[in-house]
Amino acid sequence: MASTREIRRRIRSAKNVSQITRAMEMVSASKMRRAQRNVLAARPYADRMLELMTDLAVRVQPSDRKGTLLDVPDAVKHVGLILITPDRGLAGSLVSNALRQMSRFILDQRAMGRNVALFALGKKGRDFISRSGLRLIAEVTNISDKPTLEDILGIGSNVLQAAQRGVDYNRSGSIDEGEQLDEVYVLYSEFVNTLVQRATVKRLIPVELPEATTVKPVDFTYEPSAEEVLDSLLPHYVEVQLYNALLESIASEHSARMVAMRNATGNAKDLVRDLTLSYNKARQTAITNEVSEIATGAMALEG
Amino acid sequence: MPMQLEIITAERVVLTDEVDQVNAPTRAGRVGILPHHAPLLTVLDFGELDIYKNGEITPFAVTGGFMEVLNNRVTILADTAERSDEIDLARAEAARKRAEERMQSAASEQDMVLAEAELRRAMIRLRVAEIGRGRRIRD
Repeated sequence: MASTREIRRRIRSAKNVSQITRAMEMVSASKMRRAQRNVLAARPYADRMLELMTDLAVRVQPSDRKGTLLDVPDAVKHVGLILITPDRGLAGSLVSNALRQMSRFILDQRAMGRNVALFALGKKGRDFISRSGLRLIAEVTNISDKPTLEDILGIGSNVLQAAQRGVDYNRSGSIDEGEQLDEVYVLYSEFVNTLVQRATVKRLIPVELPEATTVKPVDFTYEPSAEEVLDSLLPHYVEVQLYNALLESIASEHSARMVAMRNATGNAKDLVRDLTLSYNKARQTAITNEVSEIATGAMALEG
Repeated sequence: MPMQLEIITAERVVLTDEVDQVNAPTRAGRVGILPHHAPLLTVLDFGELDIYKNGEITPFAVTGGFMEVLNNRVTILADTAERSDEIDLARAEAARKRAEERMQSAASEQDMVLAEAELRRAMIRLRVAEIGRGRRIRD
């Protein structure tokens, strides 16, 4: 039986832990609300952009799609994966789910004889990639909780370059000359609801457009030209999708952390209850022992 | 008869309003959009975007994007859009200095191009901030 002092010490530390996790839960809750608002605020832009492109793509002949981001390559040899993870841990199974999904993705792609080049957004993913000796092309870390589109333009242009003209060889020379990414995917944490986040892989390149069911009978003037407008819209759309994936991952991160911290607070409370019970038992035992010792002593004297 | 205007950036909806005229910087030069303009889709450049409403001009600093005109509705998808009185002069000035320093010390051509773009952005923001809001239209 542990000494009462030992138990008291453990009760105190469990209480401290529960206070910290409770505070973290509340911080995450407020950050989550803000992050969710950001996700919603960013939606109109992506929606309008998709509308514009759907209209436009109908006007651009399939033969003119060659070489653009709409071009679906005949054979896929090299694929890129952008891994979005939080910078910080203590978010329950969020990070491990993402990493497991990534491992599965890489194995699947390799089984099809494809090479995978990785891009990391966020520390947790980057650390895992470098620990496991996978090929990391570029990374961005220390992303703020309210990122702007500009924050991802760096990695966005990196990826776009890799998809159009081969990877930027200045970096570590880890990729062969002329290696062009035929497809690019993003792995992010889809925000389903506060309790559920899903590690999701989405294709960014080639850009997938919804089938235009009806061609609007509008005769647009395109300046400078339909092809040029589409050419500037496409890379932009890829960046916007990446940005939205990042926003959603941030909302997921905070809600996962909030839930994890709520569980931790509950566990710490349970622990305090159990320990208090043991403490009282130990205290009672000690008192009982003492009383019976005195009683035995008294009886011996009387005898 | 005014027209509907919407300015949207990747982060948020910046403005929804009824306006009389829009002057926008496009890749092919500045264009003015009046109500009932023909359908148009164009690529925006860095520059000053002027919104005319009730005889007043409100300038915005934009750094590229797209503009669609359809059914008496103007939709501007801007990379960034800041109204002149939202621009923080001190920050814009600091950004200009930083860009100039980066141009001085640019090692590669790519650095140079980036620094130049940054400088142009900062200059536009400064200029738009100086013009200020509520300027009357000259007759």
